Amino acid sequence: MKEQDANPTKAAQTDLELDQDLKQVLADFRSSVHAWSDATVNRPRIVHTATHRTFLRPAVSWALAALLAAGTATGGLYHRHQVQMDAARAAERQRLLDQLQRQRQQDEEKLLARVDSDVSRQVPKAMEPLAELMDSTDWQ
Amino acid sequence: MAAEEFTRVVQEHRPHIYRFLLASTRNVELAETLTQDCFLKAHRNWDGFRGESSVMTWLMRIAINLQKDHWRNRRMQFWRQASTNTVELDEASDWLPSGERSAEQQMLAKERVAQVWRTVENLSERQRTVFLLRFVQELELSEIARMTGLSEGTVKAHLSRAVTRVRAEQGVRQ
Repeated sequence: MKEQDANPTKAAQTDLELDQDLKQVLADFRSSVHAWSDATVNRPRIVHTATHRTFLRPAVSWALAALLAAGTATGGLYHRHQVQMDAARAAERQRLLDQLQRQRQQDEEKLLARVDSDVSRQVPKAMEPLAELMDSTDWQ
Repeated sequence: MAAEEFTRVVQEHRPHIYRFLLASTRNVELAETLTQDCFLKAHRNWDGFRGESSVMTWLMRIAINLQKDHWRNRRMQFWRQASTNTVELDEASDWLPSGERSAEQQMLAKERVAQVWRTVENLSERQRTVFLLRFVQELELSEIARMTGLSEGTVKAHLSRAVTRVRAEQGVRQ
């Protein structure tokens, strides 16, 4: 424990021996407070009636609370609506992609079928010439 | 209590109570409100005043408690937020009467008074109260002890620490 704490009275007496400079500063401080206080103590004052305040405060509080609640609710609804809209858009996009994919697959299958058919029409069957030859021999 | 008697009490003590509260808060409107509250409370509790101390001691005790309570309660939060009403430290020192000083001396004195305000603002609640009661209200230590409910030794210790800080910070500025 510090000596000052152990014996506050003695410490205070030592410290309170004010030098001339400090005395002057403290006297000036006192004069300034007195002058300020004297100048303002009797000034006219605007008095707000208590009823006005107590009447208005709850009303303002309720109005602000209602505004806040409405804001929160509206914000929540808007957010929910926005989520629903996003989901609908995503579903529509997926549906179009699927349709496109199916269309592409069908087109590819049709193309392959057509190629098969064209190729088979142009190339003769392997035994066709011999068959023709046999026919001509039968006549003779 | 007769209305005339209480009116006399108000007239006699209001300037002292107001001055202490003004120095404590640096806010004219708040000091006015707290002074009004102080006398309202005194009027309500006048029957409980047994005359064991002087009226001034009793009133100042109410003012100290009101100031303490108000800094803590919700209403005070409003006052703290509306700090526009609180006078700046330099402005508070502008009230220093010029006396017979030269312009340069007056400027220096104002600067030193502003420094005292700055130090007072940073003192603990008890140190500030004791300091203002001693150096603004010019009360005896025994009277301050009765008003604050502290022992005289504790009052001296708080005062000593406050003065030490004022002296140190004046030294820093010079």
